[in-house]
Amino acid sequence: MPVLLYRIDDRLVHGQVVIGWGKPMGIGLIVLVDDTVVESEWEQELYRMGMPPEIALECCSLSQAVARAGAWRVDARKSIVLTAEVATMVALCRAIASVERIVLGGLHHKPGRSARLPYVYLTDDELRLLDGLAAEGVKIEAQDLPTSAPIPLSALR
Amino acid sequence: MSEAARGVVIAHGGLAAALVEAAERIGGAGEGLIAVSNEECGREEIAARIAAAAGTGSAVLFVDMPCGSCFFAAMHFARGREQVRVVTGVNLPMLLDFMNHPTLPPAESALRATAKGTEAIRHP
Repeated sequence: MPVLLYRIDDRLVHGQVVIGWGKPMGIGLIVLVDDTVVESEWEQELYRMGMPPEIALECCSLSQAVARAGAWRVDARKSIVLTAEVATMVALCRAIASVERIVLGGLHHKPGRSARLPYVYLTDDELRLLDGLAAEGVKIEAQDLPTSAPIPLSALR
Repeated sequence: MSEAARGVVIAHGGLAAALVEAAERIGGAGEGLIAVSNEECGREEIAARIAAAAGTGSAVLFVDMPCGSCFFAAMHFARGREQVRVVTGVNLPMLLDFMNHPTLPPAESALRATAKGTEAIRHP
C-alpha cells in the first residue's frame, strides 16, 4: 500500500490525525519521524497509549525513516507519515524522492513564525524550504482535516 | 488541613471552559477549577498554559481523552511531579466531587474522581 498522507503537524499523533484522517482512510500504520521522540521510550509509550488497536505506531529517526521508506510502500497497511518540523519532512522527501504531496496539518505559533492560516504559522525560512521542495515537483497544501478544502502553498504568503 | 489542590480541566476547543462553567453553576464558583484549551496552539503553548494554570503546588489535571495533544501535554507536566495527577475522560460528576473535596491529596483525589466519573456513566 502506498503512504496515503505525508503530514507536518507539531502536535504529532493527536485526534485529527488518528480520528480525522486515520479512520476514514482506513489507516493501519502511523509513522512518527522525530529524532527527539525516538530517543525517549517513555514518550513513545505515551503515543502508543493513544492509538486505537487497529492502528500501529512506528517511531523512527530521520535516518531510520529513509531506510524504512521502501518497506512502508510495500506494507499491506495504509499509512500516514508524520513529522513535527518542516525541515524534517523536507529532508525526508528529498532523501526518498517518491513523495508527491505534503499536507501542512498544524504548525502553531512560535517565536519567528507568522500566521498564514489559523492552524499554520511559518517562519520565512520554513516557507523558503517548502517553496524549494514545491519547485522540485512536490505538491504542498494546508489541510487540517480531510473534509476541509486544501489550500495551496502559494496562498500562504 | 492540607492545602487545596488546583483542578485544571484540559480539553479540545471550548469544552474545558464549558465544563468549568457548568460545574461552578452547580457547585458554586471558587478558585478550584481552571480551564485550559488546546485551541490553535502547539505542544509548547499547551504545556505553557498547563504550567500557568497548575502552578507549583498540588494539582489534578482533568483531560478529555486518553490520547491527543491535551493528554500528552498533561502527562509531560505531571512527569516527576509527585503532587500532580492526571485523570482522563473528564465529566461533570468527577469535577463536582473534586470541588467538594478540595483538600484531599492529589493521588486520592484522582482516584475518587476516576471512581465518580466512571460511576456516572450508565445505560438506564
